[in-house]
Formats: sequence, C-alpha cells, structure tokens
Amino acid sequence: MRFLGYQLGDPSVPMPPPDPAMFAAMGEFVAEATRAGVLLATGGTAPPEQATKVRYADGEFTVLDGPFTEAKELVGGWALMEVRDKAEAIEWTKRFLAIAGGGESTLREVVGP
Amino acid sequence: MANAQARDVTAAIETVIRLEWARLVAGLARYCGGDITLAEELTQDAVVAALEQWSRDGVPANPGAWLMTVAKRRAVDQFRRNRELDRKYAEIGRALEATENDGTARFDQAISDDIGDDLLRLIFISCHPMLSVPARVALTLRLLGGLTTAEIARAYLVSEPTIAQRIVRAKKALASAHVPFETPGSPERPARLASVLEVIYLIYNEGYSATAGQDWTRPWLCHEALRLGRLLVQLMPEEPEAAGLTALMELQSSRLAARVGPTGEPVLLLDQDRSRWDQLLIGRGLAALDRALALRGERGPYVLQACIAACHARAYHGEQTDWARITELYEVLAQVMPSPIVELNRAVAVSMAFGPAAGLALVDQLAAEPALREYHLLPSVRGDLLLKLGRAREAQAEFERASTLAGNAKERELTAARARSAAEHRGEP
Repeated sequence: MRFLGYQLGDPSVPMPPPDPAMFAAMGEFVAEATRAGVLLATGGTAPPEQATKVRYADGEFTVLDGPFTEAKELVGGWALMEVRDKAEAIEWTKRFLAIAGGGESTLREVVGP
Repeated sequence: MANAQARDVTAAIETVIRLEWARLVAGLARYCGGDITLAEELTQDAVVAALEQWSRDGVPANPGAWLMTVAKRRAVDQFRRNRELDRKYAEIGRALEATENDGTARFDQAISDDIGDDLLRLIFISCHPMLSVPARVALTLRLLGGLTTAEIARAYLVSEPTIAQRIVRAKKALASAHVPFETPGSPERPARLASVLEVIYLIYNEGYSATAGQDWTRPWLCHEALRLGRLLVQLMPEEPEAAGLTALMELQSSRLAARVGPTGEPVLLLDQDRSRWDQLLIGRGLAALDRALALRGERGPYVLQACIAACHARAYHGEQTDWARITELYEVLAQVMPSPIVELNRAVAVSMAFGPAAGLALVDQLAAEPALREYHLLPSVRGDLLLKLGRAREAQAEFERASTLAGNAKERELTAARARSAAEHRGEP
C-alpha cells in the first residue's frame, strides 16, 4: 500500500530559528526510512505565498495565486511511502512529526496507476 | 467506541513491534553471542511487557529503545537466576551488566551505531545454506520481516504449527552447528551471499506467481521481498548482485497490477496495458540497475535478469521491445547460470526476434529435460509457438497438458482457455 503524507505551509505561523540538531535527526530519519524500503520519494514545497491553484469549472479556467490559508504548517513537504498497512503509515508519520517538533500531516492512500 | 479505541491502540503497538522486530533481534543477538533463539525470546518477553504497559500508558516516545532496555534487563535477570547453572547466561550477563554500568544511553547508542552490521549478520544467519530452503525462507520472514508464524503460514498455505516447528528446528540446527553471528568473509562469502539473494528472490517469486492456491499473485509477499532487497542494497552498497536483485524486483513489481485481469486472471506480458505499469518503480529499478552496472565485477545472474526486465520496462509498446538484445542477454545468462528454465526463456526471446520456428527448435531440444518434466510453462510455451505456426491440433494438446501441470487455479484456467481457443482454430481452414 502506498500513502502520500503531506503538510502544507502556513505563513501565519512564526518561523522558528533553524535547528541543526533537528536537521541532523531528520536526515537520519530519512536515511532509516529509505533503508527500510518505506520512503519512495520525498520533497519540500515552496512557501504558500508562491502557491497557485488552477481551476476548471463551467468551461472556464481560473488561475488563483496564493497564499491559501487552510494549511496549518509552516514547513510544507510531502513523502510517498510504501507500507504494509495504514497503521505503518501512521507510525512513520508519528516519527516524522516527533522529529519536526509538531505539526499536522495528512495521509492519503495512493491508488493506481 | 471504547472498543474501537482499544483496537487502534493495539494496532499501533503491533505495528511498532513489527517495525522494530528485526533491529531488536539483531541487536540482542550480538549481545547473546549470536544465540538468535535467546535473542528472540528476550524480544518476545519485552513485547509482552510492552503490550501490557503501552495499552495502559500509551506508546513511549522511543519505543525501540524502550523495548531494547526491557529486553536487556530480562537478560540480566535471567543471568542472575541462572548464574550457577548456565555458563552461557553468565557470559551474556557479565557483558550486559558491564554495559548497564556504563549507562543505558551508551548501550542504546552502541546498538544503533552498529545496527546495520547486526542486521546484515542476521540476514546471513537466517539464510545459512546449511538450512533447508523452506527453513531459510520462514526464518528470514520471521526475523527480518517481523512477520508472525500465522502470517508466514498463510503465505505458504501450510499450517501455523508447521511454520513454527520449521523455525524452531532451524534455530536449533544453527545453534548446534555453532554458526557464528558474523558477516562471512572469503572464501565462503560468495556462496553465503548467493543463498541470501536466493531466499529473497524465492520469497518474491512465490508472490509473483504462486506455486499453489487460488490466487495467481500475492503482491504483499512481493512487497516483503522488495523491502528486504532495498534493505540489503543499503547494507551492501558495493555488491552488484544485491543491487541487481533489487533492480529486478522493482522492475517486475512495476507490472504487478497490469498482469492481473479484473477477475484475477493472468494477463501475459504482450497483452498488458502498459499505461498501468508503475513508472515510479520502473524509475527505481532502472536507477538500481545503473548502480549495479557501475560497480566492478562480472555481471551475475541477477544483474543480467534485471537487464532483461529493463528491456521490457523501456518499451512503451510491446512491438518496441528489443528482442534481439534480450536474446543476447539470455545467451550470456545461460553461460553464467546454466539452467533449462533460462533456456526456455531464451527460446521465447529467439521466437520473438527470429520467428516461432527458430524458437520451437530450441524448445524441442528441452523436451527430454528431466527438470522440466513437470514444469507447466514448457508445454505452455510450446503450445504458443505451435499455434503461431498454424499447428493448432498439437497446440491444443500442449495447452491441455500445461493446464494439468499448473499449480495455481488461475494459471490452470488460463491454459485451459487457450486449449479451447486452439481447438476452435482447428475448425478454420
């Protein structure tokens, strides 16, 4: 089973100072998840004020530039995981959030292709 | 509601235990002088304690370290009880007491620093060539995959006591042979590595084309093997065959969804909807293959098979397949790993590159091969080539024979359908 875990950025959250210990711990975590064959792909996302939404409705396109305020996290990022079941995806996400120091991730099962 | 919550907690605990299992057993095995039976018992004791305490107080922040600490304390307790009785416990106990005096933090650090090496030792001991192949498979899924005996039994369609007994006997055999808990060096290394790769690939293949049962594939078993392969590549980055095997499994997995039809029936390679091939896995497979090819050494059987799988993966339409290249690769593979099954595959490639008559000539040379006497794909391939040559009557007989030999229900149905279709062809001019 595959899950996409993601958190989008929220510009209203104050930016904490960069923490080298956290970055090192996150690097180790990513290496471990990769070694376990769980982490297939991962990446960060640019700040939400650079986000763009493209809509198509009633035969018309609308292009909306951010920021969008529904997101709660400062740092946006995503990870594509391959796991045995949803419980494993939740456990890996908990470990990620514990290192990140807080926040909220959304998990969506990826189906197909 | 309360029940649902309790279920969630239990699921979370079971997941943590499954994810930590291999690291705990591997880390403890080193402290137990390579005694994997004792290491597993200590892990199991810690798990029992965890189930009790975590369902009451919640899962701790670092569950792996918690389990390791509890397991270590159990070892020390056992040592104190058995001090006079058992020299082995005494040795382990002394080692553990020494680490306890150093502080638990340092013990945990030592475990995590060397965990890669310990996991590799655990893989080598689980796949030891002195064990029977089914024992190696069961032990590897149990110790490295963290699967329960019930899960392994379901995968191999045997009873749970059978698997449990297989694992116990394997551990006893390893103990009485005093197999050291170490990564083997030369001269035994090539044979030991070959056994590791074989075990992982056998697990994969049982998932990819089940030898028995109702379902043709069991993707979750492929996934277990793929996890082990991905782990092995990280633990042995300089080993081209480990990368080759993982590349092969990534590439084959890219077709898992496309090779099964809506009612679970097999869909053959050239009939597959290639838009359903998983491009992410193809990309991972090709990258792993590139790494394998960049390493020094002769191309071994897994690298060569991955090269062949890559030829298919690169062809977006079946007719773009480079069959001449595949034929060459099978020729090299047949030299590196002589086997009638490789010859049969080579015959198929030759028929695609140079026509069915050329392929049939090779297949007919295999007719007397004892190893293929019961192998359903021999008559299946022969039937396919005969049909292409317009010899429908003979093709029908071959498909009927293939149907009686096929191990799983879905393949039996496929070949039976092909026999019926060949019979219809006979009616045509």
